[in-house]
Amino acid sequence: MADNKISVRNLKKNFGSLEVLKDISLDVSEGEVVVLLGPSGSGKSTLLRCLNQLEKVTSGQIVIDGHDVTDRHTDINKVRENIGMVFQHFNLFNHLTVLKNMTLAPVHLKTLSKAEAAQKAMQLLERVGLADKAEAYPSQLSGGQKQRVAIARALEMNPDIMLFDEPTSALDPEMVGEVLAVMKELAREGMTMVVVTHEIGFAREVASRVIFMEGGYIVEDGTPQQVIDHPKEARTADFLSKVL
Amino acid sequence: MGMIIQTYGTMLLRALGQTLLLTLLSLLFAMVIGMIFGLMNVGHSRVLNMIGTVYVDAVRGVPLIVLAYFIYFGIPGAVQAIGFSNFRLSALQAGTIALSMNCGAYMAEIIRAGIQSVDRGQMEAGRSLGMSYGASMWLIVIPQAVRTMIPSIINQFIITLKDTSILSVIGFPELTNVGKTIMGNTLKSLQTWAIVGVMYLVVIITLSKISKKIERRVNRGR
Repeated sequence: MADNKISVRNLKKNFGSLEVLKDISLDVSEGEVVVLLGPSGSGKSTLLRCLNQLEKVTSGQIVIDGHDVTDRHTDINKVRENIGMVFQHFNLFNHLTVLKNMTLAPVHLKTLSKAEAAQKAMQLLERVGLADKAEAYPSQLSGGQKQRVAIARALEMNPDIMLFDEPTSALDPEMVGEVLAVMKELAREGMTMVVVTHEIGFAREVASRVIFMEGGYIVEDGTPQQVIDHPKEARTADFLSKVL
Repeated sequence: MGMIIQTYGTMLLRALGQTLLLTLLSLLFAMVIGMIFGLMNVGHSRVLNMIGTVYVDAVRGVPLIVLAYFIYFGIPGAVQAIGFSNFRLSALQAGTIALSMNCGAYMAEIIRAGIQSVDRGQMEAGRSLGMSYGASMWLIVIPQAVRTMIPSIINQFIITLKDTSILSVIGFPELTNVGKTIMGNTLKSLQTWAIVGVMYLVVIITLSKISKKIERRVNRGR
């Protein structure tokens, strides 16, 4: 329990009268790559967004790195510095260059000096293959490039958990690969990751654990071999037969 | 017409100066008021939302002329009644307050709409990096909102400039008021109002031209 990076207990989330998450309990330990699968409306994105409190929970407890983020006395901004998030629609800051996108938060929060932040940003851009785009604006990038910048921007804060909310769903098919490649590399380096995706191939290859959700519940939780190749639940099998 | 310009030229220019002074002061305060109430209206606090809405609705629902009378005559009377017998508001003070409140309400709406036109994901991305609501708003959302707000803000500036003429009713010596005086003296209404009209027109056309330039420059940065 103590070495869990993420620990979720009896999480419930309602939007008005709609119950989106009904009773979720989940532990993620360091270095795990957890892929959340499920039909749309199953609550997987909401669960992800609850982890860094972009959505307030209705009830239940979420502990990240020992900090209870559902306790309103917790400094959520401080905890979020350690949780990178990558969005379906990239959410790059359109008025800033790629470099400024990356350095804005660490410089503002004083986790890095301006020079350190710029240097680190260049290293990260190098890693995602976009060093030549440092001075470009987001509108000048392709979707795949935007998402790689978004990943680099999250990494700039030096997080030890990364959340991915359908990172390839808004991309043209030929750009999915370049984004998944960056994510695979991250996983290989031991980053703790929670990924909402429809990329079954990625789940099979990279995930250490696959969780299938439906109707606000966790239906099945296990290794990719167990959940994807030999699902125990009929609902999991049914979903997989539609997406595979 | 030449006679009017010769005799009253300086007076008219001074009046134009007063008009511009009143406009600039009002715009300055209106920006602050608009920012405060606009931000109240986009936040998640119900109480602040309500205060913002009440302000905007109340001020927009009252004609400027009524607001000006209320502040110029009503407020000093009330303050004197509670014991501050020397309390007065000059026409400039009352005019600035009335116009700032009025323009501020419209600015609040412009700022609210501008902020809400920015995709929610921008705020979420800022928050996910550990930045506070205020910092994300100030460094990420507002700079993008300003772009969409600029045409409406300039439009509001022009409306406010023209609305200064309404404050002739409380005796503020702005352009329209001085126009009335000149007309009374000369009895040449066509010429007088033509001159006054052209003076407004020149200032407003100049402002529009400048604003078009600013707009173009801001959009070029994209």
